[in-house]
Amino acid sequence: MFRFIVRRLLQMVLTFIGATLLVYALMFSNQGSPARVIQSLVGERPVTPAQVQALTERYHLNEGFWVQYGYYMKGLLHLDFGTSLTGRPIGDMIAQAWPVTIRLAVIGVLFAVLFGVTAGVVAGIRRSGIFDNATLILTLLLISIPTIVLAPVAQFFFGIKLGWFPPTAGGDPTWWALVLPGLVLGSLSLATYSRLTRTSVAENLRADYVRTAKAKGLPPRRVIGVHVLRNSLIPVVTYIGIDIGGLMSGAIITEGVFNIPGVGFNLFRGIRTEDGPLVVGFVSLLVIVFLVANLIVDIMYAVLDPRIRYE
Amino acid sequence: MTDIKAQIDVLPGLDKTAPLLQVNDLHVEFRTANGVARAVNGANFTLQAGETLAILGESGCGKSVTAQAIMGILDTPPGYVTKGEVRYRGLDLLKLPEEQRRKVRANRIAMIFQDALSALNPVFSVGFQLDELSRVHRGMSKQDARKRSVELLDLVKIPAAKQRVTDYPHQFSGGMRQRVMIAMALALDPEVLIADEPTTALDVTVQAQIMTLLAELRRERNMGLILITHDMGVVADVADRISVMYAGKVVEEAGVFDIYARPSHPYTKALLESIPRLDLRGQQLNVIKGLPPNLMNIPPGCAFNPRCGYAQDVCRADPPPPAYQVAGDRTARCHFWKDVLGDE
Amino acid sequence: MSNLESIAAAETPAANPAPTGPPGGAKTDKPRSLAGDAWRDLRRNPIFWVASALVLLVVVMALVPQVFTPADPASCALSRQYAPPSGRAWFGYDFQGCDLFARTVYGARASIQVGVFAMLLAGAIALVVGLSSGYFGGWVDNILSRFTDIVLGIPILLAAIVLGKRLAGDRQGTGIWTVVIVLGVLGWTTASRVMRSSVISAKNQDYVAAARMLGAGHGRIMFRHILPNALAPFVVVMTIALGGFISVEATLSFLGIGLKAPAISWGIDISSSTVRVRENATPLIAPSAFLAMTVLAFIMLGDAIRDAFDPKLR
Repeated sequence: MFRFIVRRLLQMVLTFIGATLLVYALMFSNQGSPARVIQSLVGERPVTPAQVQALTERYHLNEGFWVQYGYYMKGLLHLDFGTSLTGRPIGDMIAQAWPVTIRLAVIGVLFAVLFGVTAGVVAGIRRSGIFDNATLILTLLLISIPTIVLAPVAQFFFGIKLGWFPPTAGGDPTWWALVLPGLVLGSLSLATYSRLTRTSVAENLRADYVRTAKAKGLPPRRVIGVHVLRNSLIPVVTYIGIDIGGLMSGAIITEGVFNIPGVGFNLFRGIRTEDGPLVVGFVSLLVIVFLVANLIVDIMYAVLDPRIRYE
Repeated sequence: MTDIKAQIDVLPGLDKTAPLLQVNDLHVEFRTANGVARAVNGANFTLQAGETLAILGESGCGKSVTAQAIMGILDTPPGYVTKGEVRYRGLDLLKLPEEQRRKVRANRIAMIFQDALSALNPVFSVGFQLDELSRVHRGMSKQDARKRSVELLDLVKIPAAKQRVTDYPHQFSGGMRQRVMIAMALALDPEVLIADEPTTALDVTVQAQIMTLLAELRRERNMGLILITHDMGVVADVADRISVMYAGKVVEEAGVFDIYARPSHPYTKALLESIPRLDLRGQQLNVIKGLPPNLMNIPPGCAFNPRCGYAQDVCRADPPPPAYQVAGDRTARCHFWKDVLGDE
Repeated sequence: MSNLESIAAAETPAANPAPTGPPGGAKTDKPRSLAGDAWRDLRRNPIFWVASALVLLVVVMALVPQVFTPADPASCALSRQYAPPSGRAWFGYDFQGCDLFARTVYGARASIQVGVFAMLLAGAIALVVGLSSGYFGGWVDNILSRFTDIVLGIPILLAAIVLGKRLAGDRQGTGIWTVVIVLGVLGWTTASRVMRSSVISAKNQDYVAAARMLGAGHGRIMFRHILPNALAPFVVVMTIALGGFISVEATLSFLGIGLKAPAISWGIDISSSTVRVRENATPLIAPSAFLAMTVLAFIMLGDAIRDAFDPKLR
């Protein structure tokens, strides 16, 4: 088990280096004079020669690509994500934005797990029933409707027209203000968890060990509740970790539409204002989060499925 | 040895003098979108205590389905028992409510399966899966159940039982896993053990060990053992009686020596003849031409007739041959059993 | 987005490598092939027909939008702002005075164009990577898998944002090909994994060993023997991915880093109508509905194909 963790950690480090290198290269690979680089970073904003000089020094634009990357990585390892073009240290922005996003994500994930997994289990057990078909259709719709459709429409319908929820969150939002955006964020995940659970449960119900469990005279509640469930939930639980990536992408849109000052919103704004360093900084952070989440998921997978431990 | 028989429920209607297990005219069908597959069409077996009955037949002849129907673990839908009786000491199990039927499982009639790796739950330790039986059926505490589980592993001769009880199924070899299955089956001291192809997935040497173990345990406990297999070699050593199945029916039933010496059904005869023999070296191998019938489309009359060398018109038309009494304890479903007997 | 593909991969069984299925149906005893069985099941599935009809509709809309509306989506006049639906403009006019129905219909073109080309690009990459990875194994597999992990390590939207900005730079124009490249270069990972596992299970079949014994070279074995049997789950994932690409394109355009004016994209329309939704909701509903329906159609299609090929559902 220990060796497994060590191996996965090494893999993660490798992937992390690769991913950040990719991100960095995409944003900053050498395209000419520092002035041109800066111009492409700031987009259409005008820059004075003095600013060019300052930025060139700050970002070591006069030096080679690998040196720049080295500085960047060094900064990352010190949790220094650089400074936004607005002058604020990105680290500060992250620290301020992070808690809101976490609250939003918690609502989303709880909603998705509670309803999604439960629905999936029931649908998997009663395959081809009315519940199963209804769930399939509903989840299909939820999966197909992109967040850029779901968020504004939900906001319009439930926030404005029906007025059940506040249409925007703003400032320091209360938990209640985060409910509607949380539901929107979680809905795609809900649909996915539901389908995955359903497939997993349906498959496991046909497994040989279920027959053995029945032959042992175990009550059906135990056969399903203990034997089937434990096996079925493994892919689902591990998927939840992978889903963090989807949640982050969804958060960008959701926070933008509902005006929630979280990580996604900042990124959204950074993209709009073409604030290159901010974009790279936040994306790097999210990549780290994603990788760590995956690592945790892999470890959990090993904990849940003993066959993996002894590879 | 922990006293396991302490709190067994008393089932109404049990007759101590009746045969241990008696299956009468069992019919099982599978209803699918493509049609109805008639998997078992009138199977009859009798098992006495201390006896080993082998059910022999090709894949798809209905032997596993019969076993599952006896245990009551058929997948319903699509499988349905449409007719017949399964009498455990005179009590028809098919008429019992599910609650009581569940109590019979593993307590009185236990079953082991072919592929122990998939038959055991991969995410729980072997100990957990053994403990379950004691805890659910006997209400034992965790420690007592675990003690009992270690005893069981010792019983089936798994070395270092105390250490291995916390291991997972995939950490055992094939033969060891099968022993674990046997331990699980014997946990509650059942009277009948049904073994569905217990050695098919194992090497020949391990096969022999498992069969020896089974025979020993059966003798010690005076259980009735039903051995389901398609391997005639395994059967010869272990069985007392053999029932040969074809297309869901028992086509011949006899003592083991009688069947091997002088079969009275063309199918049995053909099976025996197809066994390669060293003393007939250099000659062509015998095969049974044709294929087993599609269970959705069983031919009228005797199901074996398309492949049978003795078939006449009477065999090709309904009604199918009844079970002729060949001798005191032998039956054969063939109009021409006398010819088959005589041709040996 | 990547969610869609993950589900597709999770629910799709590895390719059934056997070239023929078990003999004997209820009526005839003709040997049946997996593809033949699948086509038969597909034909019987109403979802397949509905999805195909929708897909066809959207494709036609993309190819010949003139058939659906004579209006010119680019001719806008503020004087017509938010004018209600009429005989000439079925959905009325948006905040700029453009014919909403025309804009929505013409928006299909961008989506289909991006979706199809991105799918082709991603598919090509996935095919090469997955096939090589699965077939050659060893260090080839190792390197390619690590590479796949790295690309997978970045959620597609985030990577698209970064890559999109980089490629677009300060270039003028609508950016269609930028988006296509971004999606194609980032979206091949799940399909590649699926192809890889299909190839690995097909590789171990006897007919491959037989072909090798008869002297077939790598190329021939890969393309004539393994690929046809490994194709089914790949096709399923690619179909669903197409839906995903359309969704991501719209999202990128929504964020302002995908297509830009004068391109007509549902994402752009949704973005501009969201902020003005209190004035008039129709400009939001129309492109949203069309976008959702299009993505839905491709996913349903992929689902139907997968169900038809799933041996466990027989």
